[in-house]
Amino acid sequence: MTQKDDNPIVSLVSRVVSPFIMLFALYVIFHGHYSPGGGFQGGTMLAAAVMLVRLAAGREISQLQFKKSWGTLVGSAGVFIYFFTGFVAMLMGGNFLNYGFLPLGAEPAATRGWGILFIEIGVGLAVMGILVAIYDDLLEG
Amino acid sequence: MKIVNYLILAVFAGLMIVASAGMPNRGDANAQMNLEKSPVGSPVAAYYYIQNSKTDAHTDNMVTVILADWRGYDTLGEETVILTAGLICFLLLRKRRSSDDSKG
Repeated sequence: MTQKDDNPIVSLVSRVVSPFIMLFALYVIFHGHYSPGGGFQGGTMLAAAVMLVRLAAGREISQLQFKKSWGTLVGSAGVFIYFFTGFVAMLMGGNFLNYGFLPLGAEPAATRGWGILFIEIGVGLAVMGILVAIYDDLLEG
Repeated sequence: MKIVNYLILAVFAGLMIVASAGMPNRGDANAQMNLEKSPVGSPVAAYYYIQNSKTDAHTDNMVTVILADWRGYDTLGEETVILTAGLICFLLLRKRRSSDDSKG
């Protein structure tokens, strides 16, 4: 923050609105099976919710919500979730990323639906983490 | 010079409108992209997607099934591209940690 005179209205509104944007982003991710949406769109909205507080409240206060060092970690964890889902399917006897072989105890078609949900969560986390990380890197450099 | 710019823009806009008028209606069952066979007799991919997305993956959204299931390897590559871009930004832009700000 370059100026000392923070606007309390901007700060308060961004703080109140950010969780609701996150909630809608989670809806977009988890409802991607039935409506337009999915990991990329929901992850972008999650990143927007985090960046809103970063823009409005400044660097120090926004560290309480999402620390600077978490971005790359969350992004890597998202890619790992995606890869691990495919790898478990490969360990259980199918091809790589063949979700029908995931050990969930359901019939193959329903298991594929669950596998799609897992990798959408992975995509969402990766997009969110990387976007926030790029923003932080640009701010710091 | 400005007149020429606007003229070119108008010509391209008219071209787009004419081209969009010639496209098939949304959900047209007789459009070529929704038919079972292409003009040379090979199977069309979109027909398979429309027929089997619900039964293969219990998911209503066809786009999600194509993106995440049938083209899952491609999406893994896209995500790796995003991760690579983030890591490159991390390596290029992050300042080297000096002794006075160890919080990092």
